[in-house]
Amino acid sequence: MKYETVVGLEVHTELKTKSKIFCGCTTEFGGDQNTHVCPVCLGLPGVMPVLNQKVVEYAIRVGLALNCEILQFNKFDRKNYYYPDLPKNWQTSQYDLPICLNGHIDIEVGGKTRRIRITRIHMEEDAGKLVHSGNTISTSDSSNVDYNRTGVPLLEIVSEPDLRSGEEARAYVEKIRSIIKYLDVSDVRMEEGSLRCDANISVRLMGDEKLGTKTEIKNMNSLTALQKGVEYEAIRQAETLEDGGTIVQETRTWDDSKGMTLSMRKKEAENDYRYFPEPDLVPIVITDEQIEAARQSLPELPDAKMARFQADYGLSEEDSAILTTMRETADYLDEAVKAGADAKTAANWMLGDLSKMVNEANITFADAKVKPAQLAAMIELINKGTISGKIAKKVIVSMWETGKDPQAIVEEQGLVQITDTGAIEEIVKQVIADNPKSVEDFKSGKGKAIGFLVGQVMKLSKGRANPGVVNELLQKHLNA
Amino acid sequence: MTIHELHQKLVAKELSAVELTNAVIAHKAKTEPTVHAYLADSHEQALAVAAKVDEKIAAGEAISPLAGIPGAVKDNICIKDQQATCASRMLENFVPPYNASVVEKLTGEDYVSLGKLNMDEFAMGSSSESSAFAKTTNPWNAEYVPGGSSGGAAASVAAGSAVWALGSDTGGSVRQPASYCGVVGLKPTYGNVSRYGLIAYASSLDQIGPVTRDVTDAAIVLNAISGHDHRDSTSIPGERPDYTKALVNDVKGLKIGMPKEYFGEGLNSEVREALEKAAKVYEGLGAEIVEVSLPTSKYALSAYYIIALAEASSNLARYDGVSYGLRVPADNLVEMSTKTRSQGFGAEVQRRILLGTYVLSSGYYDAYYLKALKARRLIKNEFDAAFEKVDVLLTPTAPNTAFKFGEKINDPLSMYLEDICTTPVNLAGIPGISIPAGFASNGMPIGMQLLAPAMGEEVLFRTAYTFEQACPECNKIASIGEVTL
Repeated sequence: MKYETVVGLEVHTELKTKSKIFCGCTTEFGGDQNTHVCPVCLGLPGVMPVLNQKVVEYAIRVGLALNCEILQFNKFDRKNYYYPDLPKNWQTSQYDLPICLNGHIDIEVGGKTRRIRITRIHMEEDAGKLVHSGNTISTSDSSNVDYNRTGVPLLEIVSEPDLRSGEEARAYVEKIRSIIKYLDVSDVRMEEGSLRCDANISVRLMGDEKLGTKTEIKNMNSLTALQKGVEYEAIRQAETLEDGGTIVQETRTWDDSKGMTLSMRKKEAENDYRYFPEPDLVPIVITDEQIEAARQSLPELPDAKMARFQADYGLSEEDSAILTTMRETADYLDEAVKAGADAKTAANWMLGDLSKMVNEANITFADAKVKPAQLAAMIELINKGTISGKIAKKVIVSMWETGKDPQAIVEEQGLVQITDTGAIEEIVKQVIADNPKSVEDFKSGKGKAIGFLVGQVMKLSKGRANPGVVNELLQKHLNA
Repeated sequence: MTIHELHQKLVAKELSAVELTNAVIAHKAKTEPTVHAYLADSHEQALAVAAKVDEKIAAGEAISPLAGIPGAVKDNICIKDQQATCASRMLENFVPPYNASVVEKLTGEDYVSLGKLNMDEFAMGSSSESSAFAKTTNPWNAEYVPGGSSGGAAASVAAGSAVWALGSDTGGSVRQPASYCGVVGLKPTYGNVSRYGLIAYASSLDQIGPVTRDVTDAAIVLNAISGHDHRDSTSIPGERPDYTKALVNDVKGLKIGMPKEYFGEGLNSEVREALEKAAKVYEGLGAEIVEVSLPTSKYALSAYYIIALAEASSNLARYDGVSYGLRVPADNLVEMSTKTRSQGFGAEVQRRILLGTYVLSSGYYDAYYLKALKARRLIKNEFDAAFEKVDVLLTPTAPNTAFKFGEKINDPLSMYLEDICTTPVNLAGIPGISIPAGFASNGMPIGMQLLAPAMGEEVLFRTAYTFEQACPECNKIASIGEVTL
């Protein structure tokens, strides 16, 4: 590849405070149009904003988790532009003194760890939504504005242009999303818009220091769209340059159905935001105590958890990574271990059968129908020999369906493993009698044939026979 | 006809609140055809509150000093369910669903509200001529402007169509019209009075203030409206003193500074003489008059107009025809907003929005807005340094007395120059009061401005009150303003 892709991301995340950033309205998603509003978030004449301190608290937590420096004197500014979803025609945001500066996170891509620098994080208010009449915007003859989302607190996390591919961009957003989810300050749902992402993309010849002309790509509403969008745009720019063209600085939109980026507006049409300090709010002064309290409140973050899972639980790096991406998953494992389960066994059940059920139900491990203590109890039944691993696969499905404890299911369904040698020996004798060909094969040195015979015994015992005992008895009778 | 005299009469049952309110309404009916101080009336509500006050008096209950005494507020202060037009076509039909914090406080004092007062459109002007709806005249002579932007507030008090009023002061909009109309006007310390519910012109400078017949009344009204308000983040925390306790007739030992830059070129000679005479009065009463220098003041007017208009360009951006106020229909959004703003705003407002947008634009920001912020800081530091040496500063309120209609409306710069003595005070956030200091040969009142450090309203009241006691002839009432009770 002759060209190198250079990407910087702006990630917007809606904070899940109870009330909006400058008024008491609820931040709840949805609701009938214009029902979560008041004079303040509607920007009526004469009203004034009052900062929700929870937003500052959350911003500090995110800043610390992303290894940022917290600016103990920061302030709000007005970003002025006209758009009907913005009732005051300015957005209260932070310009030259944002709450967080100079952070970083590490991402893993293709077995390599890369450090991505974070330029800044600032607090701002979300805008409303335009609701167009008709089915499409081109056939729509009027639009309404829904201000429910207006004033929902947002954090904008701006990265340095340190990302080098669509895959890295995706990994970066996944990591940010995972950390914020751990902090429990946002739902980070891309499909509901509580996590949004714009990309600044340029390309340059490999080895060049100087950045190329960038374009900004908007409307990538999923991780897949982000990755594809970055990849498409980098190729488009490289091809343009190869054909002797130049890159025009502009804002482009990702069209998911066409799988391409399309020009939205040129640089000349960009707004001059005329930022200036918000005179209706006083500067924010953050004390050392506030920062310390936020630091204390931080949960164990994915990187630390992953290291611990490897060191304490003896899990592989890959498994640890999967199990720590979501806090709910990691918490589940910790709880199962606390309830007495062997970590590796529990992890295997989680990565296998449980993941499948969780994904099918489209929920997280927090809402898994099998609770961590129930998983631990089931593993205990296997260890004690009460049920076989194979039976356990049936048991866990019943547990999921009924919510019942494994002991109850095993008893109700008569799934207790048969370890009584006498009972198993009867079946073994019968299988040997019924399958002379396989017995012949075995005796003539085809060791594999024993597998079939074991299978027959298990089948006749409805899976309940202890496989170890079956094996032992078969060997004994066949070699007799 | 002052608040404190009328309160005594109410308490002594010499007069009922309903009688008083009816008398002021009747007087108002006589003055309004000439003065045009009001944009809207609320007589029914006024009489209802007055009746309630009378019941309290009859029941022997204590009433607040403002209870039952008819007043009115400038039309940029929101009263729930009453129009708040800011004297603009843009908000002609705008009815706020909330009260300004000051109105809530006044309601607790049994506020008898006669209506909403005329002003320059969106408080932008120094003559009230930019009002889209009414031409308020000066009660001393209808050929003259009442000043602005709180022209309706000053004219109503001078004309007796309100006993007291609230205006707003961004660069002198309470003090200058008070000076032109021969009444008392106070701009409190920035943050002393809540701005919640005051329709913003320039948020870092705006402050609501009383317009009254005398200094005592100004202290009474400030008592009623000042205080911390959690809805205004710029509101100063903590308790406020009882300002009427500061009404002491004594300036002995007080150091009064006269900044020489305020007495230089461009100052009307009659205004100068009146103020020099006032200084002599103070000296005679035992105060020390000190000449001080505030050299940075000469940048104040420029800095003020840059900062105020920058903020205004943003504050007024919300009037786009989308969800309230005027909407001029059009085929598309941009055209709708453009038409709405072109037709809804008057010439002066449009001029200020354009200037404010310009000074914030990239490429000009550093040269204008940033420089103005630096000048503002220096001006504030200079006032702080001056108040190390003196207790109070004495200056003209305006370089001239009231001018005639049409004289300056087409010459914005000469109009802006009328704010030269008042704008530094808003930039510094300090309190300032304008009190009557005599009359020019044409019979128009002259105003004297007194300034104190932030939250120094008490020393202002003391200094102003002492002069008022020493110069009863300065407090003459316009003949139209004599109310028959």
